[in-house]
Amino acid sequence: MNNRYIIVFTFLLTSVVALSLTMLRQATEPLAEKNEELFTKKAILSAVAKYLPKGKDLNTMSPDDVLSFFDNQVQAIVVDASGKIIRQEGGDEIDVAKVWKEPAQEREMPVFIYDNAGKKYYIFPLRGKGLWDDIWGYVALDSDLNTLVGVSFDHKGETPGLGAEIKDNPHFAEQFAGKQIFDEQGQFVSVVLKKGGAAPGDKHAVDAITGATLTSNGVTQMLKTGLGWYLPYIQSVKKTQG
Amino acid sequence: MADTAVKEIKEKKPLLGKKERKLLLDPLNDNNPITVQVLGICSALAVTSMVLPSVVMAVAVTFVTAFSNLFVSLLRRKIPKQVRMIAQLVIIAFLVTVVELLLKAYNYPVYKQLSVYIGLIITNCIVMGRLEAFAMANKPWPAFLDGIGNGLGYGAILIGVSVIRELFGKGSLFAGTPIALNIIGPTSDYWINTTTNPWFSWYVNNNLMVLPVAAMFIIGIFIWVQRTVNPKLVDAS
Repeated sequence: MNNRYIIVFTFLLTSVVALSLTMLRQATEPLAEKNEELFTKKAILSAVAKYLPKGKDLNTMSPDDVLSFFDNQVQAIVVDASGKIIRQEGGDEIDVAKVWKEPAQEREMPVFIYDNAGKKYYIFPLRGKGLWDDIWGYVALDSDLNTLVGVSFDHKGETPGLGAEIKDNPHFAEQFAGKQIFDEQGQFVSVVLKKGGAAPGDKHAVDAITGATLTSNGVTQMLKTGLGWYLPYIQSVKKTQG
Repeated sequence: MADTAVKEIKEKKPLLGKKERKLLLDPLNDNNPITVQVLGICSALAVTSMVLPSVVMAVAVTFVTAFSNLFVSLLRRKIPKQVRMIAQLVIIAFLVTVVELLLKAYNYPVYKQLSVYIGLIITNCIVMGRLEAFAMANKPWPAFLDGIGNGLGYGAILIGVSVIRELFGKGSLFAGTPIALNIIGPTSDYWINTTTNPWFSWYVNNNLMVLPVAAMFIIGIFIWVQRTVNPKLVDAS
């Protein structure tokens, strides 16, 4: 086999492979993008899963159902670090992971406002670091912008059974309902994950995950920092509420 | 005129004759890629914490091994030896990317759960191992069958390990599928509720099972049992 044969063979092999993969990718791209959109929007809505209209359950809704529900009932606004609303829509197209890496003055952060027959819920996307890799989630606040109504978390590589429980264990997320991010004096205290368990009646703490201290700390930090970035916006809305 | 040349009767090989069945069945026991050839251990440790990802992984690896065996066997006389491994890698990477694109389009939740591990099939020793050991020196159909057989052998071990790990590590089986079985756990979602059932109140999930280390122990035990029970594998000493 001479050199020319080797070159021609390699060129042909890689060309055929590259061409077929490109065609396959183009053919499946619309489906893949829709799936990704559905996955993200479902994650956002699961923070308010308990407050969906009667008859609507995230587990039984069809993909088109979820997407149209989101389009109709959720407004995805964009705010900046000073709390000003930059855009009234387009928040769902923002890559939150990228935003979290930008300096404060360049950040354009989405806020998802879910309107259920006039009652508004505010859903904030957050990102942080778990034990092994990134973690992220959505925190939904009631119209008082103080009380949590629900959360939904995800992660890239936390340990199944330990850190991964932030996503896999529904009881973990349920703890957050009813907790508050502002204390009696109106100071922002966020919600912390307490190792060993939160004291009953503590409105600003939940139980950390046993054996997953570092992931739990990551969640605490993510909530404190992330919600902290949204504080200017939160306070401006509270002011207009009077 | 008498034709002295001996006409070579081309023997028609049956599609699923004795030899072919051997290719499919050997890797399930006598020549199991994980327990006997000791290949593909990495993914066997990583994805077996639950049954569902293990099943998906087994199907993906079977697909990639079978078709890469087929393609490489078809090209075996045409691949220049100077670029043999590179050509093999291109074919493997092509097939794995196909799997990834199809998963992304048709089963996104599973794609999310297995994300990194699907790409790592490219590095799975079983695939390259069979290409070198079999496909480069055999005909396409036997190579294809060998690929399927090894994929199934790999899958059998993966499912065996994941059933043990999920059952004792999380108390469930097939979690995440429509046929999920919640067997033992602390709430009423499970068949055996350890909080209320007096016989099982002591039971706690084995957290070691959730870590890859447990897979290592379980595979070690599988190898031990197999080498004791299978006469062909018992050490002659």
